Amino acid sequence: MRDWRFWLTEQRGTLIAVGIFVAMFIIYVSNHPAGLTVNVVQTAANKGVLLAFVAMAQTLVVITAGIDLSVGMIFILTNCLASWIVLGSPLQTGLGVVAVLLAGALCGAINGAIVIFGRLQPIVTTIATGAIYFGVALALRPFPGGGVNEDLADLLTGKLFGTVPASLVVLALVVLIVWVPFSRSVTGRAAYAAGSSEAAAYMSAVPIRRAKFAAYTLSGLLAAIGGLFLTFFTQTGEAGLGSGNTYTLFSIAAVVLGGVSLFGGTGSAIGAIFGAFAFRTIGDLLFVFDFDPLWQPLFQGVVLMLAVSLGSLGLFRVRNRLEWFQ
Amino acid sequence: MSVTTPSGLGNRLSVMVRSIDPAVATAFACILLLLLLGSLYSANFLSPAYLLQQLKVAAFLGIIATGMMLVILLGQIDLSVPWIVTTGAMMACAASSFGTAGAILGVPFGILCGAALGLVNGIGVAYLRIPSMIITLATNAVAQGLMVVYSGGFSPKDSASLPMRWLATGFAVPGVPNAVIVWGIVGLATMFLLARTTFGRSIYGIGNRERAAYLSGIDTRRVVMIAFAISGALSAFGGVLLAGYASKAAQSMGDAYLLPSIAAVVLGGTSILGGRGSYLGTVAGAILITLLQSILSVVQMPEFGRQIIYGVVIIGMLMLYGRERLFR
Repeated sequence: MRDWRFWLTEQRGTLIAVGIFVAMFIIYVSNHPAGLTVNVVQTAANKGVLLAFVAMAQTLVVITAGIDLSVGMIFILTNCLASWIVLGSPLQTGLGVVAVLLAGALCGAINGAIVIFGRLQPIVTTIATGAIYFGVALALRPFPGGGVNEDLADLLTGKLFGTVPASLVVLALVVLIVWVPFSRSVTGRAAYAAGSSEAAAYMSAVPIRRAKFAAYTLSGLLAAIGGLFLTFFTQTGEAGLGSGNTYTLFSIAAVVLGGVSLFGGTGSAIGAIFGAFAFRTIGDLLFVFDFDPLWQPLFQGVVLMLAVSLGSLGLFRVRNRLEWFQ
Repeated sequence: MSVTTPSGLGNRLSVMVRSIDPAVATAFACILLLLLLGSLYSANFLSPAYLLQQLKVAAFLGIIATGMMLVILLGQIDLSVPWIVTTGAMMACAASSFGTAGAILGVPFGILCGAALGLVNGIGVAYLRIPSMIITLATNAVAQGLMVVYSGGFSPKDSASLPMRWLATGFAVPGVPNAVIVWGIVGLATMFLLARTTFGRSIYGIGNRERAAYLSGIDTRRVVMIAFAISGALSAFGGVLLAGYASKAAQSMGDAYLLPSIAAVVLGGTSILGGRGSYLGTVAGAILITLLQSILSVVQMPEFGRQIIYGVVIIGMLMLYGRERLFR
């Protein structure tokens, strides 16, 4: 009985995110002219998966009480890289995919190395490295173009057995292969500990540096998976400054909706995934209600503002005013 | 608290040298270095006309960075700069289409719109205790939404009024662009605010430890709220000047100012964690970034090279003086 309660408290943020998503998705589907069909689910999944990968990448860094403002740029950089090298024979394509993933991990590792060994603040570090990654992306693709192995793209953006969107399956596999082992390993727990209280973690001989470095590197890797999928969907590479910034900002919004605390130490990537899905669904709600698309940004902004304000309901429970100040 | 003993000029000089912030000194040294490197390429870099032109361009960034600095000194951050800049510009231009009264009131109206959006940020951060990174993001989205609805998704046709153009490009004093004078007034006011008023000292106090400031009897929530409102007003003012400079408002005119304004504040030696920093540093940071961008474009560096050098310079300079103490 006790264990069950602890689990519920720990997972509260994730469960709320799942709840928000389910509610939004039900509203979305019930008003969609086509109803709940395989195609509606597939389109929604393909849209949501991109943000979900980037939000997962953001989560890993946020857990260590950092923030990664370069995550959208890594996403764009790997998209541009993939549009060059994920082509040709199956062997070449496979090597290309591996190279793209390694490039993403390298970007994350550079962020981590500067934050840990350079002892700079994550927020300014990633602003600067974000500019560098965008520069590299622009060097790779001054103009939109390139291509991708279409067989692989069709396979990964289509449906498995005619019903399940393949992108969702890949997302689930990534969660199983990257997130679950990480969050249960000593390194992963150390990342939580470092985000919760770095001083206490240090005093307890927790491997803080290794944990932070792993978190940043894996974050780059996850952003690269997102970049690969972007290439599969669009079949081109494009170095768009606006789209990189948008994904960075949306990833922060998705992480917050997903119950991950920006102060570090709590939350899970699964929550962030549902946060991303919920955020995307909110954006699409207007289309099913046949509003003017011009109102979409305002609607999205107001919903985001209401969602983040809900968290301050907890202020009513504060007994000591000093608890206002974190 | 520097106590000068009347024992001669040497002593007073050494006190002065010691009171200089190493970060501000490094930033100014880097400006000189950039000018020197530029002058090796072309002698025009040292001409007064070029330097004044750079100061004028730096003024827009400088005014926006002033607001950002107040917020960063509190240990918060304002990510709503892009669309508050655009809102200020569009609203000022919109007011200008209502005859003479609109043209005159356009500038204050634009600033007021920015202050209102900043107030939303401030209430969210101070009273609702929402992390500033999120609420300013949400305000940015709302401001974007409002402007998209207002303009129909296109850049509006209203052009900037004469007062706006005069503020940005005119010459009230022969030889000195008005934008530089405006920046000077804003800067002096900010220096006075930060150094000589209880409000300014409270900002530093809150940035160091809000609990301690609260227990010392400061109404910390009010101070935070007002600081965010000022930040919004200054962002919008920057937008109004930019619109005057370009003679109209455009959809994404503010996007290019978020990261540079943060970088200018941080390169000027202000701690991103709050509580430490001087306005002179922010001035140096704004000039440094403008100069870097200008020199890179003069030597015809392609865009990708500019971005990479820009990032490397920020990291390199922070490695010189922005590092945290070793955690031991």
